[in-house]
Amino acid sequence: MNNSLLVVLLASGVAYGTPLLYGALGELLAERSGVLNLGVEGMMLVGAVMGFWTVQRLHAATALSLAAAVGVAALAGMAMAAVHAFLVITLRASQIVSGLALTIFAGAAGLSSYLGNDLNLADNPARHSFNAVFPASVQRWPVVGPIVFGQNVLVYASWACVVGVALYLSRTRLGLNVRAVGEAPASADAMGINVTAYRYAHTLAGGAFAGVAGATFTLAITPQWVSGITGGAGWIAIALVIFAFWRPGLCLVGAYFFGALQALSPQLQARNIHLGPTELWANSLPYVMTVLVLVFVSASGARRRLGAPASLGLPYVREER
Amino acid sequence: MRIERRLRQPRWLVVAVPAGSLVFALFVSGLVLLATGHNALSSYRQIVDAAFLNSGAIGQTLTQATPLAFTGLAAAAAFRMRLFNIGAEGQLFMGAITADATALYLGGHGWPTALVIFAMVVAGCAGGAAWALIPGALRAFFKTNEIITSLMLNYVAAYVLTYLVFNTESYWRQTKGFNASVFPTSKEIPAVAFWPSWHIFPLGSGIAVLAALVLWFLFTRTRFGFEAQVLGDSPRAARYAGIRTRRKILAVMALSGSVAGLGGASQVGDFSHLLDADPNGLQKQYYGYTGIVVAALARYNPLAVVVVAFLIGALQNAGNTLQGADFPSGLVGVMQGIILFSALGGELLVRNRVRIGRTMPATEAA
Repeated sequence: MNNSLLVVLLASGVAYGTPLLYGALGELLAERSGVLNLGVEGMMLVGAVMGFWTVQRLHAATALSLAAAVGVAALAGMAMAAVHAFLVITLRASQIVSGLALTIFAGAAGLSSYLGNDLNLADNPARHSFNAVFPASVQRWPVVGPIVFGQNVLVYASWACVVGVALYLSRTRLGLNVRAVGEAPASADAMGINVTAYRYAHTLAGGAFAGVAGATFTLAITPQWVSGITGGAGWIAIALVIFAFWRPGLCLVGAYFFGALQALSPQLQARNIHLGPTELWANSLPYVMTVLVLVFVSASGARRRLGAPASLGLPYVREER
Repeated sequence: MRIERRLRQPRWLVVAVPAGSLVFALFVSGLVLLATGHNALSSYRQIVDAAFLNSGAIGQTLTQATPLAFTGLAAAAAFRMRLFNIGAEGQLFMGAITADATALYLGGHGWPTALVIFAMVVAGCAGGAAWALIPGALRAFFKTNEIITSLMLNYVAAYVLTYLVFNTESYWRQTKGFNASVFPTSKEIPAVAFWPSWHIFPLGSGIAVLAALVLWFLFTRTRFGFEAQVLGDSPRAARYAGIRTRRKILAVMALSGSVAGLGGASQVGDFSHLLDADPNGLQKQYYGYTGIVVAALARYNPLAVVVVAFLIGALQNAGNTLQGADFPSGLVGVMQGIILFSALGGELLVRNRVRIGRTMPATEAA
């Protein structure tokens, strides 16, 4: 039963969905403060390569080096986000072009690939990787075994992050301020909230989440470094924030749905199932579904009603309010 | 320090800022090289040699610059209207697929060279335009964010390209011969469909210059271009002025996609003479994404795109030639990213005046 296609897809959907979830949570924090960051793919890749590098070069116990790797990945993602934050918040550059620039700078043909080559990271499996937490006997439980108990620490930590981000935004004063900054920066400024500081902090936090998302690829899903390993996951994460109407809980649902779609192609291959041009449709499915869901969401109502922060993508200039 | 909006943008700044960005980017990239234990000066000398001075270097630079001119023009055409088509990558693949099929079919049926080339150009435009019209139509009719949809379609286009040559016995795939049984490849187009070159200039580079002139005329001298500009600067003003938004979005996306598709046709006709589906070939050049760098550095001016494409093409060529231990691949992408960041930051200087210290005491006192 645990080998049926559906259970395996759901179980690996959770695994493949975890980087999407981290990426989407980070982007959600940045967007709620009014900063659109299209550089998620690039930040993820730099996090992925730096996390992998830490594990390869740090000689320490497994748990310690993995923890250090996640920390380094978060810092690397944050450093990338800092460039975007400086350009769009301080210099008021176009958020769209700056985000694209970040993806080109850090992405598959840029810094992440440079670091991977320069540090000779390709062709070796990770020395340590995240494995399932619970004993094998628990993982053999029907259905919930592989789906819920067959996962690694990063998956369980992501659940805590969903709850944490949701509570932060809806139940704390800081979270209320963030929403104010994203919706009406001029009013927030008048209330004495430091718009610039809030936007910087949440853009950086978004970068840290994206870095961890990248490390999920190189330390858990496929524990190795390949240039461009994320394969567009950063972009799907950005789309997820829109599908989820800027709500953390819905990000989780969406991430696992798209994770399962990504798991479909390797599973069909492993089971030798062919339905028409399988290589074509199974590989394209996550991307095509992203487009379709996006169309469905955008066609089904006004943007404001769906929860997009009102000042998303707009620079705040005190003199011009 | 305070930042004030300029009422008038001085002309010299429009040239000085991109040029300054380039210099600044070279400086910062040098720091990256130093930080990772390389000799920046010798790396730069190698870049100049490989891009311009070595024998045949200029020709190879043109080989890289030609597709970049097309994708740069494609990005410039759409970005001018704040329509962020970042699908030039996929549109180029689609143009290559349609142009390749045209060359195989018409070339095989004994059509004369001029007609085959003309048909390839038309087919490339049509393929790119059709692929671009998917995000275009979704944006026009459902207000779907074109950034994400056009980008997602890049991945789909890459899978289509791979599928046609690797996973199926399609019209494009070479099925005869020993090599084809060892490693899947596509058919070579008949010699009659090869695009001619003039000295070191491939036909595609001439078409790119022509396309740049047409786009420049269209955007600066016609009503079409004016309306696109208004729509980009202020959608509300455009609506009040009675500009038909949907039609304009569709037209500009089709225009942008067809230029990118033309780049695909030029890839087949000028350079590869087959459908390059190798995962380490055309798909690793990232012409579509680099086109965005080209367009932004040219400040979306079609004529400037040609010049910038040549410079970035030189960099790309050097990166391809030098790839190895003391010139890790990815360095070129890093440099392009820094160039783009500097150009973006420099935009602030074009649009605003930065005053240092206390200014305008009279008004502040009042």
